Amino acid sequence: MLETFNFRVLLEYMPLYLQCFTATLWLSAVSLVCALLIGIIACGMRLSHSRILSRAAGIYIETIRSTPLLAQLYFLYFGLPSLGIRFPEEITGVIALSLNSGAYCAEIIRAGILSISSGQIEAGVSSGMNYIQRMRYIILPQALGLTIQPLLGQAIVLVKDSSLLSLISVVELTRAGQMLSSERLMPAEGFLMTAVLYLVLYYLLKWLSVWSQKRLIFMESQHV
Amino acid sequence: MYSFYFQELMHSLPFFLKGLWVTVQITAVSIVGGIIIGFILGIIRAGKGRVLRRLIGAWVDVIRGTPILVQIFIVFFILPEFGIQLEAFPAAILTLTNMAACFICEIVASGILAVPKGQQEAAITAGFSPFQRLRYIVLPQAMRTILPPLVGQLVLIIKDSSIVSVIGVVDITRVGWFTVQRIPEGIMVFGLVGILYFVICYPLIHLSSNLEKRLTVENSTL
Repeated sequence: MLETFNFRVLLEYMPLYLQCFTATLWLSAVSLVCALLIGIIACGMRLSHSRILSRAAGIYIETIRSTPLLAQLYFLYFGLPSLGIRFPEEITGVIALSLNSGAYCAEIIRAGILSISSGQIEAGVSSGMNYIQRMRYIILPQALGLTIQPLLGQAIVLVKDSSLLSLISVVELTRAGQMLSSERLMPAEGFLMTAVLYLVLYYLLKWLSVWSQKRLIFMESQHV
Repeated sequence: MYSFYFQELMHSLPFFLKGLWVTVQITAVSIVGGIIIGFILGIIRAGKGRVLRRLIGAWVDVIRGTPILVQIFIVFFILPEFGIQLEAFPAAILTLTNMAACFICEIVASGILAVPKGQQEAAITAGFSPFQRLRYIVLPQAMRTILPPLVGQLVLIIKDSSIVSVIGVVDITRVGWFTVQRIPEGIMVFGLVGILYFVICYPLIHLSSNLEKRLTVENSTL
């Protein structure tokens, strides 16, 4: 295999790959931040006492979780123009990714908050803290430790999912592989290089996840 | 205009149902294959063979670390260079089965490792053979940890099967893509596609969370 593998073409396309690598990084980073914001808001709505807000957030989360990202992406890509809204493809892609990941983030954050025992919250109430103070000083600091790992897992999923944006002609890593494969008819070089670059991101995030786990255990043992 | 498009869409409903059938076929085959291979790999991964364990771990990492879109391109466009020419349908099944097997392998392995060591030792002293230990002691207990995430994984496989539309398998997503060229109402067309996926996935998601609740309650009473 190696005698047919053309490294020179890869070298020639390296600038494109680097550009696409940063594009993937950017798209994922922006989507992750938006997804976290959406997740926090949706989770707040889900846990609120207002029935309507809780229902609305529930419908949003369940709908997103029960349909594939590709269908959601096409829904926005073909659907928004028919409503008269036109965005560049990148924006449509980031919206789709953020909405999709936002639902999963909401579930992760909710699980973190619900795992705080109700005794702690009651203690907060009886010492006269209001809702925001309880959230700020009691619930969130503990919930954050529990949610950081699944959130990093979600970040890994998000980076991989951003590959779908290539299907609505956003230029990112997978698109680079497609270009190499259609311009030079070298799918092996193109897609294997793409896969390697995704793996770099994966191992980076995985390492971060392992590292944070060690840190968290360390912090826990210090407190206890 | 809307009602006209809606009627058009209703006329092409049989086409959508055909797409749904293709999606069901692909996911059913991949799920069955994935569960069989995944369980075998998972049992080996939780076992003692060091080299095999590492090899499977590395492979699982590669599959988990790359997008399924790239995997399907690799299977569909690169395997032919090695003389393995696959039609779109088998290529889709191969990719999905492989992915499913890798994810299920991890679920099974962590389920087996969660069974207390004492159980194994007790079985050894009772003179059980390795197969008997697995069949009568370890797996029945591990199933409690395995089942909820396994059902959740099935939902992911169904959703990921939408990706096979890019290599020309005419599943629901592909049908939607064809239809939207004819009926330029993306919201309506992909709304319908979404509803069809929802009908399959939503009950499974609920089954998964129900199982989780039931099995953890049973566990805690033990």
